[in-house]
Amino acid sequence: MLANAWIIPLLPLIAFVAIVFFTNRNQKLSSLISIGAVCLSFVISLFVIASVLKNPVASEFELTWVDLPGFKIKVGMLIDPLTAVMLFVVCTVSMLVHIYSVGYMAGDPRFSRFFSFLSLFTFSMLGLVIANNFLEIFIFWELVGLTSYLLIGFWFEKKIASDAGKKAFITTRTGDLGFIIGILILTTAAGTFNFKEMFHAVEAGHIPFGLLTVGAIFLFAGAVGKSAQFPLHVWLPDAMEGPTPVSALIHAATMVAAGVYLVARTITIYLAAENAALVVAIIGCFTAFLAASIALVQNDIKRVLAYSTISQLGYMIMVLGLGGFTAGSFHLYTHAFFKALLFLGAGSVIHAMHTNDIWDMGGLYRKMKITAITFIIASLSISGIFPLSGFWSKDEILAVASHYHNPIFLIVGVLVAGMTAFYMFRLCFVTFFGQPRDQEKFDHAHESPKVMTIPLMILAFLSIVAGWVGIPWLKHGYCSFVFHHEPHHVEPNFLLMIISTLVALSGIYLAYAMYYKGSISPEKLKAKFAFPYKVLYNKYYFDELYHAVIVNPLLKLCDFLFTKLDVGVVDWLVNGVGNFTVFLSDVKEWFDSRIVDGAVNGLAYVTKGIGSGLRRVQTGQLQNYAFVIFFGLVLIILFKLS
Amino acid sequence: MVGLNHYLVLSTILFCIGIFGVLTRRNAIGILMSIELMFNAVNINFVAFSKFVTPTDFVGQIFAIFVITIAAAEATVGLAIVLLIYRNFKGINVDNINIMKW
Amino acid sequence: MDFPILTLMIFIPFLGMILILLLKREQESAARFLAALFSFIPLVLSFILLARYDGSTSGLQFVEKYEWIPSLGITYFLGADGLSVPMLFLTALLCFVSVIYSFGDIKERVRQYFAFLLLLEVGMMGVFAALDFFLFYIFWEIVLVPMYFLIGIWGHGRKEYSAIKFFLYTLFGSLFMLVGILALYFTVEPHTLNMMVLIEKAPELARGFQLLAFVAFYIAFAVKVPIFPFHTWLPDAHVDAPTAVSVILAGILLKMGTYGFLRISYPMFPEGAIYFALPIGILALINIVYGALVCMAQKDLKKMIAYSSVSHMGYCMLGMAAITVTGISGCVFQMVSHGLITGALFLLVGVLYERAHTREISAFGGLWIKVPVYSGIMMLFCLGSLGLPGLSGFVSEFMVFVGAFPVFNVIVPLAVIGVVLTAAYFLRMIQAMFLGTFNTKWEGLTEISGREIFTVIPLAILMVGIGVYPSPLTNMIKATIENIVHLVTG
Repeated sequence: MLANAWIIPLLPLIAFVAIVFFTNRNQKLSSLISIGAVCLSFVISLFVIASVLKNPVASEFELTWVDLPGFKIKVGMLIDPLTAVMLFVVCTVSMLVHIYSVGYMAGDPRFSRFFSFLSLFTFSMLGLVIANNFLEIFIFWELVGLTSYLLIGFWFEKKIASDAGKKAFITTRTGDLGFIIGILILTTAAGTFNFKEMFHAVEAGHIPFGLLTVGAIFLFAGAVGKSAQFPLHVWLPDAMEGPTPVSALIHAATMVAAGVYLVARTITIYLAAENAALVVAIIGCFTAFLAASIALVQNDIKRVLAYSTISQLGYMIMVLGLGGFTAGSFHLYTHAFFKALLFLGAGSVIHAMHTNDIWDMGGLYRKMKITAITFIIASLSISGIFPLSGFWSKDEILAVASHYHNPIFLIVGVLVAGMTAFYMFRLCFVTFFGQPRDQEKFDHAHESPKVMTIPLMILAFLSIVAGWVGIPWLKHGYCSFVFHHEPHHVEPNFLLMIISTLVALSGIYLAYAMYYKGSISPEKLKAKFAFPYKVLYNKYYFDELYHAVIVNPLLKLCDFLFTKLDVGVVDWLVNGVGNFTVFLSDVKEWFDSRIVDGAVNGLAYVTKGIGSGLRRVQTGQLQNYAFVIFFGLVLIILFKLS
Repeated sequence: MVGLNHYLVLSTILFCIGIFGVLTRRNAIGILMSIELMFNAVNINFVAFSKFVTPTDFVGQIFAIFVITIAAAEATVGLAIVLLIYRNFKGINVDNINIMKW
Repeated sequence: MDFPILTLMIFIPFLGMILILLLKREQESAARFLAALFSFIPLVLSFILLARYDGSTSGLQFVEKYEWIPSLGITYFLGADGLSVPMLFLTALLCFVSVIYSFGDIKERVRQYFAFLLLLEVGMMGVFAALDFFLFYIFWEIVLVPMYFLIGIWGHGRKEYSAIKFFLYTLFGSLFMLVGILALYFTVEPHTLNMMVLIEKAPELARGFQLLAFVAFYIAFAVKVPIFPFHTWLPDAHVDAPTAVSVILAGILLKMGTYGFLRISYPMFPEGAIYFALPIGILALINIVYGALVCMAQKDLKKMIAYSSVSHMGYCMLGMAAITVTGISGCVFQMVSHGLITGALFLLVGVLYERAHTREISAFGGLWIKVPVYSGIMMLFCLGSLGLPGLSGFVSEFMVFVGAFPVFNVIVPLAVIGVVLTAAYFLRMIQAMFLGTFNTKWEGLTEISGREIFTVIPLAILMVGIGVYPSPLTNMIKATIENIVHLVTG
């Protein structure tokens, strides 16, 4: 089965091609093809995970792609437990989102195109996961970026959507800049693109430490871009302009996790380059806090979730930076399910209400029971409430952080856990409970069709149980499956579990008190902390800052270069040379006509004048001539004689 | 005794008459005739020098005969030209024949 | 005696030109047919060339050599290696595509137009096949003449200005080449113009002479490529030329410059190539970044694509300056890839211009709604141009980076910025033209026609093909490039 794992990404690709070229007109058939392909992939991925479980050794299959000195690429697959888990996650979420989209996108004129893009995305994401070398992962890395661009701007008539797509693509590409440089540094130093060969070289110490550190940090820039970490996090909230299933699939569960996956995949490098790993941990930690703090005050349901995603990704990045390979990948795995569920639930709400603003909602529990219940399950899971899956993964992260000598990571981790619980339940209470705030919209609200609610229920189930494979007491649990070098059992730390649960519960209680019971007035808090509120509400002014510092100066520079330098100087010089040549020939023409020609003509004129004087001598009278001859002769004779 | 000088004086007088005629006559025939006078002055010189300077050979005399012959030919050509001029210009006054200028 | 395939490829278009000139003025469709036929035959021949080319050796193949003017050491010497075969193929392909495209585009003086187009093909084929300096120079200059008339007569805008600028600028460059050729001729004993002999004798040349000669040839080729600051003829000529001619300009003419570097400058003056590696690398960086920045300031679509050529040719130069096998392979790959992508982009701009009679980017908007097929194809090529993996542009750029990085540790990371800038200006263009609300002014816009699709399809297939699986191309050029690198670095 493993040798044929390449079929998993291939099927969605075939679906994409088939839809684009053949079935574009037939919406139903298109969606069926797309769903069929991803379901098949899902089934195969189950077989893959089963056979990897049986024999958890990495296996590779290769095909020579380019063979040049210093650039020998064998494309292939690297299937190890991490890959298998990712395959399972991507296939599952993608399949459920595909099905959900049938309901969510119903009636859209570009229904088929939507599914073709989803298939293309699934293909790229699966390809990214099974890549066995840096070039291959980069190729798929860019392709997921492209599909993300296409899907964010799917409703491209809205300027804000196409702007968001563009912003996402360019921002992540800025990170990819570092990614490329990192690849160049590392592969040049190691002489190979292949992951395993690279890791061997790293572990054998063939790469100088300085190069390794610099390379690892540059590499991480790619992850920063894709996983929306500070300072490149600005694109993800805007990306919420895309259709909600896209946000769930791409901008919550899978693509944004690619950065985390990249760090996890290359964890050997970060373990060897401690300084780089520390940078990773700090960035992750900072982002987790930054994003969680912004999420506290946002009013757009999807934006809250987006900042929550950034924060959770920061969590994973942080723990990977601390060396927690198992913990990071485990949280990636559980997060995919509950965050996808949150987005799909939000999508269901938006589908019903046609608004994103939580202050237009309220009391929806009565109308949308399934959505509400699944949403709350996911919220509990992300808040880390026992025994939902989020609890186990978050606990593992905190356990790793607690082993680090500096407690800052642990403190921030716990703090963020509390903030997460607060903002998630702020969403829950405002959206689903209390009184309807917009009666008209409320009256039109209705539960979503089955095709949407069933994926919600499946995801809710997964949000509860997916984490159970990582229960620390389990003998053959997640830690003995996905690990680096050797399985390590994090000893269950009861104190930590209790603290984190208490913090989460107090966050939930605070949200309950503020937004359900009203015992603490949010308005008063807002007034009291006006300035911090404003800063948070405006997302620390990152967008404005970037526009003022980077975008506008860059555009001005381009304009300057074109109008002033290119047209103004370089082309001016070229034309100047031309014009100067023309000027020179004018001068020469003047000189020729006046001086040179003048001299020649002058000579002729003088000659002519003399001639016309002298011609009088020629009388035509032979006798005159003879007379002159005779007297000339006489004169000569006289001269001779004397 | 008549010596060389006498001959030379005669021929000089004759030549000068010829020159005078060539330069002053307006009639083409007169000019031709004056030229004949100059030829004859030359002939006298030839014969005289031959007689008094180299009496043994007759180069001068032979030259004189050549000159007479040439003069006859020349007179023929000259008269023919004069005839043509007469036909074209209705006269032989050389004042009118001045087209040979410039 | 082998089948003289190269001679046929060069002179069949010439034959076509003569036949077209023999036609009567009114026989426009006959002229079109003949042009298509006589540009199709070289295309078929180029497929034979591809099929029969043996990529495992760096030796010359399909050689044809006859004495021509023995007293001056001039021979009629044609041959192909891994460098010229892809270029010959590209030339044949783009010429055929251009002819087909011009069916709808050109409506006046049809006969002369196609005659000039075929003459152009003769010159370009000759440049890529000639191995004797005399022959090479003749073909090099032949190219200028039809190009001058094609731009000057059938162009748009300031066409006379652009045509003259192009002509004089290139002529200015090639004079330096002429001086270089003469200097070489008189320096080497016995006097010869045979390039292969000259390359063999290269190590005997004095260092000072090599440096000077390298500079002379550099100017000639740099104008063609074009390398900053010799690039300003390019936007003018590209923008004012008729569509098919822009395609050939961008697709093939620019490659004559880089081809010249690899065929002549590098093997013949290795000292020069090594001495000037860093300056060329820096100029390449300027080309890449500066070109991309200037693109961002463009309001005219065609001009933007023209400037993007400046940026993309910078990658070629960067790979070349590194003098590594991977770098130069990337350079050749980029030559092919840029020819395909930019050629197609110009075709597509032409398609739009023919319908809308404007190229102002901001005049459009939301075209994806009205003309989805056109928009899809256009976006595909834009993505190719911005280096999306899976398409050929990415492979070449990446090869250039990988090849050049060990040599230029600082320049390459800076050049990578160009990738982001390229993405930025293409996405801005896509957004302004194809996304957003539909500008109802273009309600009457018609979808791209079958013939026009037919012209870009082969380019798209090749772009995707070598982007997904580059090995066939890299294997074809590898031996030749290894030989060049060996000649330069010893």
